[in-house]
Amino acid sequence: MDIDYFRLIDRIVDLDLDEKKITVEAQVPAVHTIFEGHFPGFPIMPGVLLTEAMAQSSGWLILGVLKFERMPFLAIVKEAKMRGFVSPGSLLTIEAKLEHEGSGFAVTKVKGRIGKDLKCSAELTFGLAPFPDPALRVHMDAMANKIGFPLQAITHD
Amino acid sequence: MSSTFDQIANIIAETCDIPRDTIKPESHAIDDLGIDSLDFLDIAFAIDKAFGIKMPLEKWTQEVNDGKATTEQYFVLQNLADRIDELVAAKNAAPGA
Repeated sequence: MDIDYFRLIDRIVDLDLDEKKITVEAQVPAVHTIFEGHFPGFPIMPGVLLTEAMAQSSGWLILGVLKFERMPFLAIVKEAKMRGFVSPGSLLTIEAKLEHEGSGFAVTKVKGRIGKDLKCSAELTFGLAPFPDPALRVHMDAMANKIGFPLQAITHD
Repeated sequence: MSSTFDQIANIIAETCDIPRDTIKPESHAIDDLGIDSLDFLDIAFAIDKAFGIKMPLEKWTQEVNDGKATTEQYFVLQNLADRIDELVAAKNAAPGA
C-alpha cells in the first residue's frame, strides 16, 4: 500500500471473470505520518482510505470485466460501514463482486477483512468512461503488471 | 399489479427523496423533477434490477446529443415507462427467455 501515491492495492490474489469477483491484498504500512494524526496514541486506518481501498479493488475487477476498454471512476458510495479498527501493519484482504453492469455504469459490493474478521464493507457505483488520456491507460497497464493482474484472463474468451 | 409508471415513480421518490405525489406521468425527470446525472445512475440501477433489463442510457444520450431524439422521448416519465415496457417485451421475446 503506497498511501502517498494513493495506490492502495498491493496484489491481486484471484480474479474470476465468470463469477465477476476479485480478491486482492493490501498491506497497511506499519509507519506513516497519517497515523501520527489519526490518532495520537491510537493509530488506525481512516475510513475514507478503507473506502478508497474498496473502490480500487472494485476498479480492478471492472477493468478486467471490461477488458481495459473503459476506465471506472467512483461515483456513489453507499452503505459504507467501518466495522472494526484497522491498525498499522495489518494485511487487508478485500473481495469485490460485480453486482450490476449497466449502460455506462457498474455497481459492486465489497468487503474488507483482516484474517476472518470483517472490517469494512460498501456498495459502490462507478461511471464508466473511455480513457480520457493515453497516459492513464499506459499507467494502468503498468500498475496491472505491478500488482499481478492476470492479463491472460482477459485475453481468452 | 402496479403499472410501469407507478414502479418507476416509486423508485424515483425513494432514490431522490422526491414526494411521490409530485411525480406525474407527464413529469420530465430532468426539467421538472431536477434529477441530475448522478441520481439517474442510482435510478437506472434500481430500474434495471426491478425489471431485469439494461436500460441503454448511453445510446439514448448519444441520440439526444446527435439530434436524433429529444430528451422528452426518454425522460418524460410515461415515455420512459413505455421504453421500459419495450425493453421488457424484447427481453421476453428473445430466444431462451
